[in-house]
Amino acid sequence: MEMLVFLIPVALMLGLVGLVGFIWAVREGQFDDPDGAAARILIDEDRPAD
Amino acid sequence: MTTAGNVTSGCPSGLAPAEQANAGDISAFVRRSAEGNMLQLTVRGAKCAGCLSKIEKNVQALPGVTQARLNLSNGRFDVRWRGELSANDVAGTVSALGYGVAPFAPDAADSAAKSEERKLLIAMAVAAFAAANVMLLSVSIWSGHGEMGETTRRVMHAISGAIALPAALFSGRIFFQSAWSVLRRGHANMDVPISLAVLLALGVSVAETIRGGEHAYFDAAVMLLFFLLIGRFLDARLRRRTHAAAHDLAALQARTVTRLEGDEARSVRADEIVAGDVVLIAPGERLTVDIDVLEGVSEADESLVSGESLPRAIAPGTRLFAGSVNLTQPLRGRAISAASDSLLADIARMLEAGEQRRSKYRRIADKAVSLYIPLVHTTAALTLIGWLLAGAGVREAIMIAVSTLIITCPCALALAAPVVQVVASGRLFRKGVFLRSGDALERIAECDHVVFDKTGTLTLGEPELVRSSHDQDIVQRAARLARASRHPLSRALVAAAGAGSVAAHVKEHPGLGLEAEIEGVRCRLGSAEWVGEETSSATTSLQLWYVEGDASPYRFLFEDALRPGAGDVVETLRRRGISVEILSGDRPDAVATIASALSVTDWRAGASPADKVERLEKLRAAGRKVLMIGDGLNDAASLSLAHASLAPGGAMDVSQSASDGVYTGAGLGAILTMIDASSLARRRMVQNFSLAAVYNFIAVPIAVAGFATPLVAAVAMSGSSIIVTLNALRPGWKRS
Repeated sequence: MEMLVFLIPVALMLGLVGLVGFIWAVREGQFDDPDGAAARILIDEDRPAD
Repeated sequence: MTTAGNVTSGCPSGLAPAEQANAGDISAFVRRSAEGNMLQLTVRGAKCAGCLSKIEKNVQALPGVTQARLNLSNGRFDVRWRGELSANDVAGTVSALGYGVAPFAPDAADSAAKSEERKLLIAMAVAAFAAANVMLLSVSIWSGHGEMGETTRRVMHAISGAIALPAALFSGRIFFQSAWSVLRRGHANMDVPISLAVLLALGVSVAETIRGGEHAYFDAAVMLLFFLLIGRFLDARLRRRTHAAAHDLAALQARTVTRLEGDEARSVRADEIVAGDVVLIAPGERLTVDIDVLEGVSEADESLVSGESLPRAIAPGTRLFAGSVNLTQPLRGRAISAASDSLLADIARMLEAGEQRRSKYRRIADKAVSLYIPLVHTTAALTLIGWLLAGAGVREAIMIAVSTLIITCPCALALAAPVVQVVASGRLFRKGVFLRSGDALERIAECDHVVFDKTGTLTLGEPELVRSSHDQDIVQRAARLARASRHPLSRALVAAAGAGSVAAHVKEHPGLGLEAEIEGVRCRLGSAEWVGEETSSATTSLQLWYVEGDASPYRFLFEDALRPGAGDVVETLRRRGISVEILSGDRPDAVATIASALSVTDWRAGASPADKVERLEKLRAAGRKVLMIGDGLNDAASLSLAHASLAPGGAMDVSQSASDGVYTGAGLGAILTMIDASSLARRRMVQNFSLAAVYNFIAVPIAVAGFATPLVAAVAMSGSSIIVTLNALRPGWKRS
C-alpha cells in the first residue's frame, strides 16, 4: 500500500502534463487547420534546409 | 501528361474543377498597419497538398510578400506584404492558378464563436482529465470494497475531491452561468437540473469525505460534465462551420462600390458608402446600395429585387435598389440613405418581427425539460420525506434523495436532442446544405405547406432560347451582334449559338437593341419596335427580334428554364401530402407557364413583398405550417415570417440571413434531402427522449429504494448516454 504514495502522484502528474500540453496546443492554434497540417507534410522542399 | 493548361489550372489532384472567378477590385479590403499590409481572402477549390504549395509559393514569389498562409480546412488565405504590391495582383495570382477567390471581411460573430469554441474545448479537456483520474481512484475504492482500510479510503476520497472540486467548478461554470441567468428571469432550462445535480453531488461527497463515509459521487459529477461538454463542443464547432460556410456564400456578393470623388473614381467597401455619395455602376455590376440614377440610360435586371424576369429600362431619375444588376451602359447614381422610407429598411423591420416570433418556438427539448424538472425534483423530495417517515436518519435520507437526483440523469436527456442535431446538420453540411439554427430541423419537419418563389428558385433565373424549328444559321448570324452585349437575352442567344465571330462596331441602344453593319447590310437585334415590326399582339413573353436590311424580321423566343429536378421535387412533396404553392412577383403569364409545367394549381403572380407577407400571415392564421423557399430581396420578409425557410446559395445575403438554411447546387434535390433529414432527425429525437424516459423508469425505483451506490450511478449514467448517442449515429440517414 505504501507504493500508492508514489504511484498516485505519478499518475496525476502524467495526466496533468497531458492536460497542460493540450491546453497549450489549443491556445497556440494547433487545431485551427487540421486538413492543412495533414497536407503540409507532403510538400517537398526543393532544397534541404541548411 | 495532358496539356499544360490542364495541369496548371485548379487542383492538381483533380479533386475540384478549376474556377475562373474575377473578384473585382478588392483593394478596399486591405488592412494597413505599421508592420505592413494585410489581406484575408477566401479561396475556393483548394483541396490537396498540391493546391496548398502552388498557391502559397506563387503568392510568396510576388515582390514584398512576407507571409502567405492558406488554411486548407476553411479556405482562408492570409497574406501580408510590404511595399507597393496591389491587392488585386494577389487575388489575380490566385485566380490565374484556377481557384475562385473573394475578399473575406471577418465579422465579429465569427471571432466570438471561435473563442466560445475554444472555451468549451478547454473546459472539456479539464473535465476529461478529472473524470479519468477520479475514476481511477473510484475503481480502486469499489474493487477494494471490504478489504480497503478506512484511512486509505478516506485519503482516496480526499484526493478525488481535490481533483474533482476545482475541475467541476471550472468546467461546470458554463452550465452554472446559463442556469443562473434563466433562473433569475424565473424560467428553467436543461442547465438547471444539470447544475443542481453537479452541485449536490459535490456537496454530499465533500460531507461524506469529511465524515469518513463509504460513498462519494465525485466521479459522477465530473463524468456528467465531461459527457455534456462533448455534446456542447461538437454543437458549437458545427454551428461555427455552418455559419462560416454561409458567410462565405454571402461574401461572394459583398462587392466593392466605385465612388466618384470629384473626377477621381475610388473603389470602396459597400458599407463605407453614405447617403449622398455619387457612385459609378459599370455594365454587369450588381448594386450593393440603393441609388437614384443621375446620369446614363441603361437597363436593369431586377429579378432578385422584385422577381420580375424581364429587364427594366433605366433613365435618370429612376430609383434602383440593391440587388439589381446594371446591364448595358454605365450609370452614375446618388446613394440614398437607409432611412425609414427605403426598401431595405422596411425589409429589415419585417425581418425583426419574424425573428421575434421565431424565438418563441418551443423545441422538443424545452417540452421535455418542463416535464422532467417538476417530476424528478418532486420524486427526490418525496424520497427524502418518505425515508424520514420510515425512520431513517437525516443523513441517510439526504444521501438517498441526492442519489435519486444524480441517477435520474439529466445526462441522457440533455444529450438526446443536441446529439441528433449535430449528426443531422453534419451530414447536411457535407451535402452542401448549411443549417443556420439548431431548431430549424424540428421546424422543417413540421411543415405541411411549401411556398416557392419562382424566379431564381424554381427557375434558373436566366433565360434560355426556346429551340423549335429554329434555323441554326439565323441563330449564328444574330449571335454576331449578341456577342457584343451583356443583356441576358443576348447572352442566352450566344449560349445557344456557341463560339463564333463578333460583328465590328456594334452600337447598343438601351431599351431598344443592338445595331451593326455587316458586309454593308444594316443588322438590328432587339425589341419589336426596334426592328420596325408592328406587333399587334402585345405579347409580354421574353423575345428578341432580328432583322437584316429590308428582310422580314425574325423572332426568337426565350423562357426562364426550370431548375433540374424541380418537377420531381414538387411531385414528391405532393405524394407525401404536402401542398405546394407558387408565390411570385413576376408577370402572371410567366408564372402560369411554370405552374402548368409543374402542374401546380395554387399560384399567385405580381405579388409585392407586402403581398407575400400578407399571404403568409393568412396561411399562418389558417393553421398551416409553411416552409418558404425563396431567394430575392422581395422574399426576405416572408422568409423570416414562415414557420421554416430555405434559400438557395445564389440568393441575396439578406434572404440568406432571413432563412433557416442555405442549400448550394443548381438542382432542387437538396430540398428533399433537407426535409428527409429533418423528419428523420425529429423521429430520432423523440426516440432518444423515450429511451431516456424508459431508463428513468428503471433507475428511479432503484435509487428511491436506496440501492444506488456510486458504482451503479456511474454505470447507469455512462450506459444511458452511450445508448442515446448510438441511436443518433445509427444508420438510416440517406447517403446520396
